[in-house]
Amino acid sequence: MAERARDAVDERGALMTEAAASPGGKTARPRWGVVVTWIFVLGLLGVLGFGLMRSQQGPIGLGAQVPDLSLTTFEGETIDLAGLRGNVVVINFWASWCKPCEEEAAALEQAWRDYREQGVVFLGVNYVDTRPEALTYLERFEITYPNGPDLGTRISQAFRIRGVPETYVVDRQGVVAAVMIGPYESLGDIEADIQSALGD
Amino acid sequence: MKRAALLTGLLLVLLSVPSVAPAFAQEGEPTDDQVNAIAKQLYCPVCENIPLDVCPTQACVQWRETIRQMLTEGRTEEEIRQHFVEQYGARVLATPPASGLNWLVYVIPPLAFFGGAFILVRALRAWRRPAAAQMPVAPDTPDDPYMARLEEELKRRG
Repeated sequence: MAERARDAVDERGALMTEAAASPGGKTARPRWGVVVTWIFVLGLLGVLGFGLMRSQQGPIGLGAQVPDLSLTTFEGETIDLAGLRGNVVVINFWASWCKPCEEEAAALEQAWRDYREQGVVFLGVNYVDTRPEALTYLERFEITYPNGPDLGTRISQAFRIRGVPETYVVDRQGVVAAVMIGPYESLGDIEADIQSALGD
Repeated sequence: MKRAALLTGLLLVLLSVPSVAPAFAQEGEPTDDQVNAIAKQLYCPVCENIPLDVCPTQACVQWRETIRQMLTEGRTEEEIRQHFVEQYGARVLATPPASGLNWLVYVIPPLAFFGGAFILVRALRAWRRPAAAQMPVAPDTPDDPYMARLEEELKRRG
C-alpha cells in the first residue's frame, strides 16, 4: 500500500514538472531572439579580443620575418624591402621632434658610410612628422642614406613600433637579427648589430 | 560746390573702409581660431586621446603649423583633413570613417541602447504581474483516487 502511495506521489510530481515545462500544453520552442543576441555578443567580444591582442603584441621581435614594406623617399624614389633580399638592411624609425633620435643620428650616418660598400642598406622611416622639419633635420645631421615619410603610418604599424627611435637590423634572409628600442648609445653598438646580421 | 565735393569725398571714404576690412582679413594670416577649428577634428598618433588643438607636444605644434600654412595657401577644410589622412592614416580623424570595422562604432551604441531599453521594458512588465499568476497551480482534483488513497495512507500512519 505504501509503495502504491509512493507511486502516486511520483506520478503527481511528474505531472507537475510537465505542466511547468510547457504551460498550456504548448511544446517548448527555441528562443531565437536569445540565440541571435548571444551570437552577436560573442562575435563582438571576439572582435574586441582580437583588437586587444593586436594592440598588446608589441614590436616584431628577433627571428621574425620582416613585413613587406615600400618606402617612397623624400626624393620620390620607391624602395621595396622585398627587393633588398640578400642585403643586410638597417631600418631606423625617427622624427624631427624626437630628441633621443638626435643622439644617434650622426652615428647612424657614420655606420652607413662605413658599411655601404659591403652591401648594407640603411632606410630611414620618418614617423608622424612634417616634411619641412624632416628635411631640415636630415640637412642638420648631414644624413645621406635614403629617408622617406611613413605615409599613412603603414610601415610603423606593420612593425608595431611603440615610439621613436626604434631600429631593426634585418639579415640577408629577411629575418630580424637585431632590434634597438630607443637610441643607440654608440657607433660600436650599431656596428655590432650589423656584424651579427652579416654573420661575421 | 566745394561742400558737395567734400561731402562726396567723405562719403566715398566712409564707404570704402568697411569694404576693405573683410578683404584684408581673408587674405591675411589665418587666426588661431581658424587653425584650431580644424585641429580639434584631428588626433596625433604620438599623443593619443589629446585633440590636436590642445596638445602641447612638438609634433602637434608642427601639425598646427601645417594647418596654418595650408589655410594660407587657400586650401579648404576638407582638403586639409584629407592631406592628414593621406600622410598619417585615417586614425588621426576624431570621427573615423564608417568603413571596415569602424562601422561597429556607429552601430553598436544605438543597438545596445535600444536592446537595453527593450529588455528593461520586458523586465518591468514581468515584475508588474503578480507573482502568483506565474506559478504553476496544481489542478483541484477532489475525485482523484490516487490522492484519496494517499490521504488515507497518511492519516493511517500519522
